[in-house]
Amino acid sequence: MIKVRLNIFAATFIFWLILSWTLTAENIIIGAVLGICVSFLTSELFNKDAKLLKKPLRYLWFFYYIPVFLWECLKANIDGAYRVIHPSLPMRPGIVKVKTNLKSETALTFLANTLTLNPGTMTVDIDQAGGFLYVHWVDVKTDDVEKATEYIVRKFERILMRIFE
Amino acid sequence: MNSINEIIAYIFIAIGLAFDFFGCLGLVRFPDIYNRLHSSIKCVTLGTSSILFGLFLYKGFTHTGVKALLCIGFLVLTAPVSAHVLARSAHKSGVKLWEKSVCDKYAEDKK
Amino acid sequence: MRKIRWFLGLVGIISTLAAVIFLPIPSLLAWQSVYLEKIFFILVFCGLLCLWRVLMGPTPADRAAALDILGILIIGFCAILGIPTGRDWYIDIAIAWALQSFISMLALGKYLEGRHFDE
Repeated sequence: MIKVRLNIFAATFIFWLILSWTLTAENIIIGAVLGICVSFLTSELFNKDAKLLKKPLRYLWFFYYIPVFLWECLKANIDGAYRVIHPSLPMRPGIVKVKTNLKSETALTFLANTLTLNPGTMTVDIDQAGGFLYVHWVDVKTDDVEKATEYIVRKFERILMRIFE
Repeated sequence: MNSINEIIAYIFIAIGLAFDFFGCLGLVRFPDIYNRLHSSIKCVTLGTSSILFGLFLYKGFTHTGVKALLCIGFLVLTAPVSAHVLARSAHKSGVKLWEKSVCDKYAEDKK
Repeated sequence: MRKIRWFLGLVGIISTLAAVIFLPIPSLLAWQSVYLEKIFFILVFCGLLCLWRVLMGPTPADRAAALDILGILIIGFCAILGIPTGRDWYIDIAIAWALQSFISMLALGKYLEGRHFDE
């Protein structure tokens, strides 16, 4: 518990110093007081994820994840621009159901955000107990659960599994 | 236009501007709320991030530039969440999908 | 019919963009950089498209979505305004606007679902 509070305090303090940018005594004192308040208020929320910070291999997978994500995001934008300027709106939209093996809340949040910024998909709702995601897909190829999972989720689930679980 | 940094910054700002424009055009053209959110949230998020990155290249590691980098991180983390919240609340408040849609598993499972 | 509407819209948008880019704009904002002024006016045109959807949206959810997109565009406005005027606090406005827009969208989503704010 004390380690979680120390981590939150360090993160908030550095964030405050970047935002205020000039190193004067008043800024440092106000930042320290605010950091202590925030660390006592929010340490319950981050208590579950504290064990993730220890393994250094997770950071390497995270740095591998960023360029993959950026490339998919760029492809998504070009795809969206093509659909907008085409005269006959080439799409078959629908909401499909996909299955995921991730369990923790942080991993599910990252998976939902990644799917929203990916080509052709947008997360609508998460069912955490059953491990299902409801995804709005702009070009529905199949409405079967297993095949849709193969098309949409697999690529990122493999990386996020190594980062967060 | 003096240095190479400023030229690259202008190129990034122009790319971001084009994506912003296509996102807003999608907001006007597409037929229902899910497709509108779908197209515009992607294009506008990457476009505004690109504009902010251009600002960072223009200013370098100063006060403004580092804050622009922070703003990019904040935007990429929060914009998909707001799109998700709006889509779910639209579905729960009873907005129908487009009539040419293929399937709606969410409405089937909710009953 | 759809093709004709698409063509009319394409001509209108291209002529508007060409007018903004190639015509000499009367200097409403006394900036040194001409390029940034044109970029700023194109962003204002994007904002007008969003306001069109806010005005015409058939359901409340459409209006809320258009307001969300407009909020993200305003961050871009603030970032561009910071370059020619030389005032560093515009980026502070951008960060604060991002926070405020996110929180207000969460509240609007809860309201549209029909739940109360303290659930």
